[in-house]
This record gives sequence, C-alpha cells and structure tokens, in this order.
Amino acid sequence: MTTTTTPPPPNASGTASWRGVASEDQDELPEKVSVLLRARSRRLLGNLLRPYRKKITLLVGIIVVSNAAGLSIPFLVSIGIDSGIPPIRQGSGPSVLLTVVGVILAAAVTQAITRQAFLRLSGRIGQSILLELRRRVFDHFQRLSLSFHEQYTSGRVISRLTSDIEAIAELLQSGFDALVKAVLTMVGTAVLLLVLDVHLGLVALVPLPLLLLFTKWFRRQSAIVYRRTRETVALVIVHFVESMTGIRAVQAFRREPRNQEIFQQLNDDYRGANARSMQLGATFMTGIKLIGNMTIGGVLLYGGWLALHGEVKVGVLAAFLLYLRQFYEPMQEVSQFYNTLQSAGAALEKLSGVLEEEPSVPEPREPAALPPGGARGKVRFEGVRFAYVEEMPILPRLDLTIPAGQSVALVGATGAGKTTLAKLISRFYDPTEGRVLLDGVDLRTLDEPTLRQAVVMVTQENFLFSGTVADNIRFGSPDATDRQVREAAKAIGAHEFIAGLPDGYDTEVGKRGGRMSAGQRQLVAFARAFLADPAVLILDEATSSLDVPSERLVQRALRTILADRTALIIAHRLSTVEIADRVLVMERGEVVEDGPPARLIAASGRFAGLHQAWLDSLS
Amino acid sequence: MPPDTHKPRRPLLSSNSLWRMKSYLRPYATRLVFIWLAAIVGIGAGLALPLISEQVIDGPVAHGDSAGLLPLGLLAVGVGVVEALLIFFRRWAQVKPVLGLETRIRDDLYEHLQRLPMGFHGDWQSGQLLSRATTDLSTIRRFLGFGMLFLVMNILQLITVTVLLLNKYWPLGLLVLASSVPIVWTSLRFEKRYIKISRQVQDEQGDLATLVEESALGIRTIKAFGRRHHVYDRYDDAALKVYGSSMSKVRLSAKFFSFLEIIPNITLALVLLLGALAVGSGALTLGALVAFTTLMLQLVWPIASLGYILAMGQEAMTSADRLMEVMDTVPAIEGGTQTIERPRGHLRFEGVGFRFADADEPVLRDVWLEVKPGETVAVVGATGAGKTTLTALVPRLLDPTSGRVTIDGQDVRDLKLTTLRQVVATAFEEPTLFSMSVRENLMLGRRDATEEELAAAIQTAQAMFVYDLPWGLDTRIGEQGLSLSGGQRQRLALARAVLSRPRILVLDDTLSALDVETEALVEEALRHVLREATGIVVAHRASTVLLADKVALLRDGTITHVGQHQELLAQVPEYRELLAQDADFDGASEGALR
Ligand SMILES: Nc1ncnc2c1ncn2[C@@H]1O[C@H](COP(=O)(O)OP(=O)(O)O)[C@@H](O)[C@H]1O
Ligand SMILES: Nc1ncnc2c1ncn2[C@@H]1O[C@H](COP(=O)(O)OP(=O)(O)O)[C@@H](O)[C@H]1O
Ligand SMILES: [Mg+2]
Ligand SMILES: [Mg+2]
Repeated sequence: MTTTTTPPPPNASGTASWRGVASEDQDELPEKVSVLLRARSRRLLGNLLRPYRKKITLLVGIIVVSNAAGLSIPFLVSIGIDSGIPPIRQGSGPSVLLTVVGVILAAAVTQAITRQAFLRLSGRIGQSILLELRRRVFDHFQRLSLSFHEQYTSGRVISRLTSDIEAIAELLQSGFDALVKAVLTMVGTAVLLLVLDVHLGLVALVPLPLLLLFTKWFRRQSAIVYRRTRETVALVIVHFVESMTGIRAVQAFRREPRNQEIFQQLNDDYRGANARSMQLGATFMTGIKLIGNMTIGGVLLYGGWLALHGEVKVGVLAAFLLYLRQFYEPMQEVSQFYNTLQSAGAALEKLSGVLEEEPSVPEPREPAALPPGGARGKVRFEGVRFAYVEEMPILPRLDLTIPAGQSVALVGATGAGKTTLAKLISRFYDPTEGRVLLDGVDLRTLDEPTLRQAVVMVTQENFLFSGTVADNIRFGSPDATDRQVREAAKAIGAHEFIAGLPDGYDTEVGKRGGRMSAGQRQLVAFARAFLADPAVLILDEATSSLDVPSERLVQRALRTILADRTALIIAHRLSTVEIADRVLVMERGEVVEDGPPARLIAASGRFAGLHQAWLDSLS
Repeated sequence: MPPDTHKPRRPLLSSNSLWRMKSYLRPYATRLVFIWLAAIVGIGAGLALPLISEQVIDGPVAHGDSAGLLPLGLLAVGVGVVEALLIFFRRWAQVKPVLGLETRIRDDLYEHLQRLPMGFHGDWQSGQLLSRATTDLSTIRRFLGFGMLFLVMNILQLITVTVLLLNKYWPLGLLVLASSVPIVWTSLRFEKRYIKISRQVQDEQGDLATLVEESALGIRTIKAFGRRHHVYDRYDDAALKVYGSSMSKVRLSAKFFSFLEIIPNITLALVLLLGALAVGSGALTLGALVAFTTLMLQLVWPIASLGYILAMGQEAMTSADRLMEVMDTVPAIEGGTQTIERPRGHLRFEGVGFRFADADEPVLRDVWLEVKPGETVAVVGATGAGKTTLTALVPRLLDPTSGRVTIDGQDVRDLKLTTLRQVVATAFEEPTLFSMSVRENLMLGRRDATEEELAAAIQTAQAMFVYDLPWGLDTRIGEQGLSLSGGQRQRLALARAVLSRPRILVLDDTLSALDVETEALVEEALRHVLREATGIVVAHRASTVLLADKVALLRDGTITHVGQHQELLAQVPEYRELLAQDADFDGASEGALR
C-alpha cells in the first residue's frame, strides 16, 4: 500500500536523505535471493514447461548422448595410445588404431549432430516459453484493475515486462546451456575417472568435498553481493531516466551540478558493488584453479608412481590429465553465470507474484445484457459506500439517479470525491457497499466491451500513443472512417490545427505527443472520446488547458452531437456549468446541493457562493 | 503504428570510436602493464604442465626411475600454484581499471546529456539513452576489460602452442595449424551474420519496450476505451517478431557452435592416428604424443572462443559508435561568458522568431515585447498559439531562430547559462516531479533555502497538503513514491519556482488545475511575489490576467496588442473572444444562467 497510516521510522541505513521516505522499498527483491525457487515460482515454471514435457524428455536424451560422445573422446584417445601403439610397434599393423580412430570420428560427428539438435531444440523451447511468458504477463497487467496500477506504478510494470523478462531470456540463452553442460561434464567425468582406474580416480576426487564447501561459501557470498549490485544499479537507472525525462526542469532550475553529484555517488556505489562482485569471482575462480592444478600435480605424481610400477597404463594417465582439465573448466564458468541464475530466479519470483494478483474489478462470469437497442445512459447509485482504505470512507452513502440524456455538472472543492464518483461510474472501482446501475443493470454484471462502449471517461491525464493524429483519434473506435475522424475533430474545433500540421491527420504526434501543445493534446483526447460516441460521457477536469473559446466549442459539441447522451462534467471553471441541466455540489463525499443551475444560484447556498466568487474572478 | 520514428540513424561501423575510449584507461597504465605481464606468464605456466607430464612419462616412468619422479611432480604442483596465483592477481588488478573505465564514461555521458538541449531530448526516447549508459557500456567494458586481453592471450597461446607442436613433430604441428584455417574463416563469417541478427533482435526488442512503456503509461486511456485487446494484439505482433528473429539467432549459433567443436575433435583423431604411427616407427616418443594431445586439447578453447571474442569486439565497436554518436553531439545551446552582477530583470523580445526544426511554418515571428523590471505581463493566446514556446525562449530551453531576447540589455545567448537560469525560473504547465523527497523537489533551484523560505513558498502555492503526507516534507513522491493529483503537482511546481526567488518569474498556465477557491488564495499570494519580480504569466482566465500590469495578445505567431486588460477588452474583439466569458456566448446556449 502506498498510503499507510502509521509510518515506520525513516530507513536510515545508507539511504541518502534526498531520496525521501516511501512506505516500502519498491524494488522488491525477494527477501532471500536464492536459486531455490519459492512455491509460486515453481508453480509458474511447471506451468510454463508442461506443454513441452515430451520435447524436454527428448532433449534430455539428446544431451546425454551428446555428452557421452564428447566425454568418450579422451577415453578413446587413451585406448588408442595403450592398445593401438603396441601392435604397430610389434609390426602387426595399425588395424586396432584405425578402428579406434574411426570410433573417435564417429563420436565427434555424433557429438556435433546431437549438440546442434540440442541447441536448436532447447532454443526453441526457451523462446516459446519466453513468448508465452511475455504474452501472459502483458495480458495480465492489462487485465488488472486500475486500483492495482495506481499502487504498483508504471515504472514497475515496465521493468517487469522488460528487464525481468530479459533476465530470464539471458538464462535461457546462455546460462541454461552452460549449466547443463557443466553438470553433465562434471558428473560424467567423475564416473569416467572411476571407471578408468578406481584407485587413481579416488585420489583425483579427494578434493571434491573441499570443492563443494568452497562452492557453498561462494553461493552465500554471491547472494549478498548480487543483492547489493541490483540495488545500486536500480538507483542509477532511476536517477538516469528521471533526469532525462525531466530534463526541462533540470536545466531550467540549474539542477545539473547537484544531479551530477548524486549520479556520481550512485554510480560509485554501483562500482563498489560491482568491484566486490568481481573480486568474489576472482577469488572463486582462483580457488577452483588452484584446487584443479594441485589435483593434476598430485595425480601426475601418484599416477606416475603407479605407472612406474606398471600398475596403471600410460594412456590411462594421459586420459586422467585430460579429464581433470575438463572437470575443473566448467566449474569456473559456473561462477560466471551464477549471477544470471540469480537474476532469473528473482525475476521469476516477481513475475509469478504479478500473475497471482487478481483483478479487484473482476469480469462477470455470466455477463448480463443491456436493454435491446444499446445503452440509453441512465445512471443510478443505490446506497453506495466507497473507501480506498477501509477506515476512511470517501463516499459514506450515496443515492443518486441521473436520467438518460441529462448533462450534469459536478462541482466541489478538491478532495470532495468528484473523481471517485466518476471512477465508480466507469467501473474503475467497485463500490464497497451498494451498487451502481446503468439502465437498471448492475455494472458488476456487464462485460468489459459492453461497459466501455457505453461509458467513456476523459481525464486531465490524457495519453497519446505513438503514431499519427488520426490513429490517436481513432483509438476508441478503430472502425471509424477518415471522414468520421475528421468530423469528430471538426466538431470540437481541433480540425483547424490538425490540418495545419505538416502532414495533417497523418502527422506523427511524437514522443508522448510532444509535438503538440498541452491544449492541443487535450483536444485530440476529446476528439477520441467524441468519436467513441458513448451513452455516458464523463469529463474530469478535461478542459483545463484549453482557452475559453476552445472550451466552449467542446461544450457546444457536447450539446449538439451528444444531445441525447448522458454527460457528467467535472470542472473548476463554472463556465462549463452553464450548459448543464443539473448541478451537483459535493462536499466530503456527499451531494449537498442538487438542482438546475439557475435555481441553485437563486438560492443562497454553496453553489451561489461559488458562482459569485467565479463572477468576481472574471471582473 | 511505427513505434519509434525518431530512432536516430546509426553511423557506419568504425573501430575509431572504440579506440577513442583508450584515454579512459590512461590512469591505469602501470596496472595494465602488470596485468598483461601476468597474463603472459600465466600462459607459460599453463603450457608448462603438459610439458612436465611429458617429462614424467618419458623420463621416470619409461626408465623406472622413481627418484626422478618426485622433483618433477613437485615442480608440476608448484607451477600449478603459480598459475593460479597469477590468475588471481591479474583478475584482482583488473577490477580497478575495468570498472574505472565504465564508471568514468557513464559519469561523462550523464554530464554531457545534461548539457544537451531540449531539442535533443525531444527526439530521443530515454530508453535509448539508458541502453547506451548500461548495455552498451557493459559491452565496451567487457571487451576492453576482458575480451581484448583474451583475444591477445588466445592468439599468443595459439602461436606458442603451434610453435611447440611444430617443434615437437612438424607434420602433426602442420596438421593442427591447417585445422585452424576453417575455424577462423567460419568464425569471421559467422560473426558478420551474428551481429546482423543480434542487432535486429535488439531493435525489435526496443520496439517491444516502447509498446510496453505506452501500455503502462497509457493504462487509464486503454481502460477507459476498453481497448485491451487492441493493445494486446499490437504487443503480440511485436513479440512474435522478436520470437522469429531470436529463433534465427538460435539456429545460426547452433550451427556455428557445433561446427566449432567438431573440427578440433577430428583433428585430434588425425593427430592420434598419425602420432601413433609415428610412435610406432619411433619418430615420436610416447610421452611426446601424450603431451601433444594434451596441448591440442588446450587449443580447443582458445580457437573456439576466437569467434566469440571477435563478435564481442564487433559488438563493442557498435556500442562505442552508439555512445560516441551521443557524446559527439555538440550542445546546440551553450552558455556565453557574461554575467550580470545585479540583475534588474528588464526583459525584451526583439523581433524574435522561432521555428521547430521539423515544421514548415514558424511558430513565432517578429515578436516584440518589453517587460520592465518589476512589471508583470500576461500572455494570452489561443490553444497552440505559441505561448509555451515563447516562455521557453527566456531561460534558453529553446533558442530563437531569428531576433534576440535580452535581459538588462544583454542578449541571453551571451550570458552564462547558470547566470541566466538563476535570473529566470519557470513553473511549467506540465509539472515534473522526481522520485525524491518533497523537500528535494522543491529546492531544485535553490539548495540553500532556509526552512522559513520553504514554508513561505509552500504557503504561497497553497501546497500545505505536503505537511499531511505520511512523512511530511521527507515523503518520497514521483514515479517511485507517492502519487499526487494534477492540482497538487501543479502547486508543487509553483512552489518550486517561487522558492528559487528569480528576478524573472514565468508562470506557464500554472493555475489551470486548481479549484476556484484555491486559485483565489494562490493569486493573492502571488501578487506579493510578483511585486518584487519581473513576471510573465500565461493565462486563460481573466482572474489570472489580473495578476499582471499589462496584457500581451499572441495571435498568428506574433504579439498583436499590448495593453491593459480593460482596454483590450473594450477595443480588441479577438481578445474579447478569448477572455470575456460571456462576450459572444452564442444563442445556442440558452444558458441556464441567463
Ligand atoms: N487511489 C487512492 N487511494 C487512496 N485515497 C485516494 C485515492 N484517490 C483519491 N483518494 C482520496 O480520496 C479523496 C477524494 O479524492 P477525489 O475523488 O480525487 O477528489 P476530487 O476529484 O473531488 O478532487 C481525497 O481525499 C483523496 O486523497
Ligand atoms: N516539438 C515540437 N515540434 C514541432 N512543433 C511543435 C513542437 N512543440 C510544439 N509545437 C507546435 O508549436 C505550436 C505552439 O505550441 P505551444 O507553444 O506549446 O502552444 P501554447 O500556446 O498552447 O502553449 C503548436 O502548434 C504545436 O503544435
Ligand atoms: Mg478530481
Ligand atoms: Mg502551452
């Protein structure tokens, strides 16, 4: 929750004061970063893998063959040396040798073919899983209710769908292959060593417990270091991105030096974390190398001694030396991709958390239908109580009927609950108690397409998508013809400026609509709403950046085009109210005055006061 | 819709950009020498082990000389320890230069980006800049830090081993040498195709990220129109594209990597065949054959990784180019040298014109306007008239394309940027808040503000709600913190501008989201502030216009009238149309008010 009533004490540890305090640190790394996944991640993973069960079995088969072929080669070389050379020396020809060489070649080809098959198949499975995960998470985010998004913030949605998915992609692309190879090589080698010569094999495996202990230490350290790296890099990224998106304010307020100071500090923290990570890696690699080299030295000594006494063949000794290198090489790589593994684990953890969120405004199981002929636009609140946070009801109890076709102005001070009321009508939230009805049907029983076709809300925060002006106007009604788009723009007085753009309606709006002025963006958002032609149109302070004549044009359009539509208009400028059939004055979540504007002005209540203040402001 | 039409063109590849990064390594010269030495000696130690094995087999083992075994064995252990230690020191020593390089470049990039003007930032998605500061930099770091070293080490190792092999038994040595030809050739070809496909994947992922960003930021709009499926379909198309190219990448690498493994194995088989025959005929000792095969296997990795490292080098070059593309952008707006000792705040627009680079028509032309010290001018104009553009010219967020803007008689382009922007502060119509505490957000323009001044600014902007936030002024707001309503954000932006106590205060439609009562209070307070400063107030409402001493009407890109509100109201029909609420309220509105 973003709103807590009892704030915990500011987090003193290392957080610079400029950052300020938030109720929870939002870069939610799971408590314990661990490669052992938690139940929900395991569930998600199982779920994703299930369709590929058969292919995975096949994959396991392929990889075993591939590794067996690969591992057999040094072994075959040793056979070639031990059994192939003596016959030649004794003059009985190279037939044994040729056989061995033939087998080696066969093994090499088998390995190459199976390896390619493995890489392709695992790549395909990995990419399919990735695609599925992308689709699922994206769709789920879009399904989740606005209340979720308001708390979760767009920044986190974006990093779930980009960096987290990429972390998993990275594992699938490089880490997975390396991991499988490392594990199989090590196990295979250990077995082979024992098969080749139990005695020498056991000696070669003596350092194994030490190795395991060392790896365990590394894993623990690396979890700590990893966490620190993630935390520091997250701060670098946030600061970087915000400085760039807010560059206008940065430059206008000469914020650059201070920003640079903060950035260098964050960057330096990140460097420190990275340095520790690299040093840890260096230590681990060296340790492995040291153990490996000592073992090789030891085996050479002991094996040499055994060979000297004829207890082991030279070829076997040679094979041992080859295998031992193979045994330790992948161990070193493990340290490289252990981070990848951790990132992917953490990412999966976060994604599975998102996927388990339920929309707080669920779709009905059996959607009800509106009366035949489409929505008419009668809105009714029946005993509605609403609270964002349980203890603090914003709307204590509301009963209200707006007949179809009425235009209603909603006025009241900031925080009175106007927006909240509008959000209930557009079902961004469900009432805590009571119900909201459209044409006599509970909103909770309407499916999304029906509801959205009937009710459209335009807010101050209008968003333009990349694309052309026409694309944006058409957003709410994709089937509209060019003419209809034009008509909608004309109706609200946006046509003139759009026609003046370099490519008219086909002009790209630029990054977030940056090519247009704030008011022009509002006009486009209006055209979009008008074109969608809903039965109920809600405007929540949507005209704030417009000049008065433009605002008036919009209102006129409301009256003419949407004459038979229900309209709920929230505005601070009372000029808007003039076109309303009815005014509702809200105060602390309750409607305190209700009636036609003229009557309310004549009476001497809240609205009359507001109106007088407004007239004064026009002077 | 094309997700990103502003994607800057990539210049052609050149190693030049990467080479230019070397200056970042200069402070670490001695360390680097040590690292290279350690690397070379390390190779030697690594190669010594198989050679010692050869000695063991051909010496003590062959001759049954158990006394000779121990020293050789101990030597092997010793060499092994030395090799490990060398690796340790090298890796440890590498940390500083490698990270130093990365950190310094990132600092410099950030510094440079902060200097680049609005025009640049309007064209570049922040995601693209971020990928330069993170992904591209890591690529460069990996190559300069490790890749290059490995490249040289691998080549050295290749040469040494080949020489050793040739020396031991030249026919086999030649065979090994020949086997590296197809590998190098394929690597080079692979690398070219790999880079192409990687880049394609990278671009497509960028497009996907843009869609993600929009779907997150525009969630209200998407929900309001019930267009979830439409947005999903667009995303799905892009995701499928990424899938397709990733699969091509997978297929390509599968082919390449299996090829890389089969060649050394075949060579090994041939070495065994020819080697065994040679041993049989006495041309080669048994120990030498063992050493030969061991050495050969040691070559597999350096050869196999050659392609990798070369690809990495190519990627690093591309990354360096991408980075340099930004670093080489000369800031179109650079400060002058003049300062103003005691700014009076006398602002003049002298025949100012402005045209956006990609527009046919100028937004502003021949604008003349004078604002005397202490005076306040309201700028009134229709939506899209160019009011915001006009105000952006004063602190040089944009530069006029013709004419000039002066403060106290000095062209703003001659002033130091810090001086200029200290004199001017703007409250923008779309307030920007950063993920920092309220306090830090407010003190953006003035870090030495006292608590009293802070409180006064908050009071002026009627932003007392900040005290009710969970941690008061220390509460984090912005994207990563508590979200605020439009009106609340506007008031913070206003407080921020007021707090920096500028000589020239610009308010760009700053009161639009406030309710009538709050607005009245803010205006009352602003009157005091504006008495002391020169002011430009962009306004739609008469009440705001009344904050000013005079009004300028912006029409058709230029200022057509300047005068008193009442005067203009009476004389200029266009002005009346814009501001008088009931001037020509057409008959269509049988306004309930009348
Ligand atoms: N997402 C939310 N979570 C918790 N409280 C909220 C949320 N949105 C609004 N509020 C609170 O609900 C009250 C009414 O807000 P709102 O309906 O936006 O008022 P209005 O639109 O009239 O200004 C305010 O006190 C506000 O702080
Ligand atoms: N980055 C841009 N590129 C091209 N045209 C722009 C850009 N920003 C604004 N414009 C155009 O310049 C004109 C003036 O915009 P602006 O100054 O924001 O208007 P306003 O008077 O509403 O503040 C508008 O017609 C707008 O379309
Ligand atoms: Mg509101
Ligand atoms: Mg503007």
